Amino acid sequence: MNPVEVLRFALRGLSANKMRSALTMLGILIGVAAVILLVAIGEGSSRQIQQNIQQLGANTLTITPSTFGGGGGGGGIARVFARAGGGQRQNTGPRTQAKNLTVEDARALADPANAPSVKSVSPVVTAQAQTATYEGASHSIGQLVGTYPSYFEASNKPVAKGAYFYNDDVLAARKVVVIGKTVADDLFGTVDPIGKQITVSGVPFTVIGVLKETGSSGFQDADDVAIAPLPAVQQSLTGFGPLGQILVQAKSAQAVDAAQSEVTEVLNQRHGITDPANPDYRILNSASLQETVSAAIGTFTVLLGAVAAISLLVGGIGITNIMLVTVTERTREIGIRKAIGAPKGAILGQFLAEATMLSLVGGLLGVLIAVIGAQFTIAGVKPVIVPTSIALALGVSVAIGLFFGSYPANRAAGLRPIEALRFE
Amino acid sequence: MRPGTPPVLQLTGVTKVYGEGETAVRALRGVSLRVERGDYVAIMGASGSGKSTLMNIIGCLDVPSGGTYYLDGTDVGALDERSLAIVRNRKLGFVFQAFNLIPRMSALANVELPLAYGGVKAAERRRRALAALDLVGLADRVHHQPNELSGGQQQRVAVARALVTAPTLLLADEPTGALDSKSSEDVMKIFDRLSASGRTLVVITHEEEVAAHAKRVVRLMDGQIVDDVRVTPVGGLPPRFAEVAP
Repeated sequence: MNPVEVLRFALRGLSANKMRSALTMLGILIGVAAVILLVAIGEGSSRQIQQNIQQLGANTLTITPSTFGGGGGGGGIARVFARAGGGQRQNTGPRTQAKNLTVEDARALADPANAPSVKSVSPVVTAQAQTATYEGASHSIGQLVGTYPSYFEASNKPVAKGAYFYNDDVLAARKVVVIGKTVADDLFGTVDPIGKQITVSGVPFTVIGVLKETGSSGFQDADDVAIAPLPAVQQSLTGFGPLGQILVQAKSAQAVDAAQSEVTEVLNQRHGITDPANPDYRILNSASLQETVSAAIGTFTVLLGAVAAISLLVGGIGITNIMLVTVTERTREIGIRKAIGAPKGAILGQFLAEATMLSLVGGLLGVLIAVIGAQFTIAGVKPVIVPTSIALALGVSVAIGLFFGSYPANRAAGLRPIEALRFE
Repeated sequence: MRPGTPPVLQLTGVTKVYGEGETAVRALRGVSLRVERGDYVAIMGASGSGKSTLMNIIGCLDVPSGGTYYLDGTDVGALDERSLAIVRNRKLGFVFQAFNLIPRMSALANVELPLAYGGVKAAERRRRALAALDLVGLADRVHHQPNELSGGQQQRVAVARALVTAPTLLLADEPTGALDSKSSEDVMKIFDRLSASGRTLVVITHEEEVAAHAKRVVRLMDGQIVDDVRVTPVGGLPPRFAEVAP
């Protein structure tokens, strides 16, 4: 009795009742596909969110004012991420002495004596939904950012075409602008925008560069942006009020935490904060945000996987059930086989092989379905298949077949021939 | 008989009790039976005489409650489950009243099955199975499934399956019980031919017509042998062989 024989008998056993075998496989198929697909969705959303966070810039701290409650101003991106990352501080009640962020704050932070771990500081003002026009074409820019040249590096926004603006442009408050891909496409279409003049809320700006496309981040169009020198924006659009945020870049990934404590110290001093637990500003640390979000997503993925694992378990119980029915139904056949000299091992092997084949074929089909399903975007998330989840789901499904099949198979093999033959 | 060859069957004081205490049923009350190689024995008895129990014990499907049982010189009582399976496979060939073919398997596959369990290679298996089917006159039905065969044909497939391993003992339990007279005649002719070629047969029946084919008739009543009549010698031809010989 070689293994090929055992497999052939098992195959014959399964094909004798195709509908039942197919339905049992379906149980395992759904379980395996669910495990792989849900883990892939978890992984996909994790990557998507990490990508979004990286767009904030590497090794950066985003400082936003926090005047009232938790919803205080700040850039659109920072606000959204503060919410996504659960980084809300419990700022209860208004503070009368709350101070706004100023360019002086930024200068103080840029002082190497105060904050040695800081590489660059970019004060930022943001004007939302400014209408830009060029030769009759008009576009509402999602975010018009006024800042310093260091902002490009800190916020991870490289220029694809043209040039950045320089410190000279900031000092001279020149009305130059670097625009995002969406803005460029909307206003200029196929025309080269470099050197052209656009009008933003009635003020003329010269386009000197186009940012590299970042792709839609899901929350908002990260390419629907324009960046101009800080004084130019303040003069013409926002006025010389408080800053929307200050973007601080640390010297290295290791220096981020040091930079954060330096920044905190400087700002506490300048703003006269006596209670360090309740400052009038908020620091968003991209590294720690990323960690928090990763941990949250990890939990989420485990949860999804656990739910899917339950369906896999249910599929396994389905196999036991069907194998028990099969053994009962074929008791007489088992008796005949034993009477003509089938050893216990051959009967055991046959029923184990049947159970394993059910789970293996079901599992393989489940992998196939999951791989196909992962090609589609599900609920706005592009699933990313984790290879270990395939191996795990398939391994577990085979183990389930062996484990849940062994009880019925043992029962079949242990039947005494005389009783099995008498069974009606 | 060659000297030193053990008898095919040697039962000594075999008893079988079902149940315990007051409800115990003594199906066999001390049966001693010796069957030599080449014999053709009919075991007769009314229902309840214990003949099915005896058949199950002879066929190693059941264990006796007392007494000893030697099959081809081997003490069956001392064998474990694994060795019993080998004994059933190599030394015994079963023919049941209800045919007991495995459904949805062709006649050929059914006949090959004991060889498969015996570890015979596929090509050799096929050759021997085809030869056995040819012997029972079903060479043209090898690929039919049991439900496509008549009762007589199914029983002949079962005979082929019992024969194919060349067992020491061919054991038939009411082989004609579910057959019409024509099919019964076919099966009995095959048995006669097998006996004439030197095989050892034990047929359990309650039909005189079937018993008339045997060289020796053993009658069982209330779990005991009450009559043991030799019709023709062990080495001779079965009594009805002359009539059925072609």
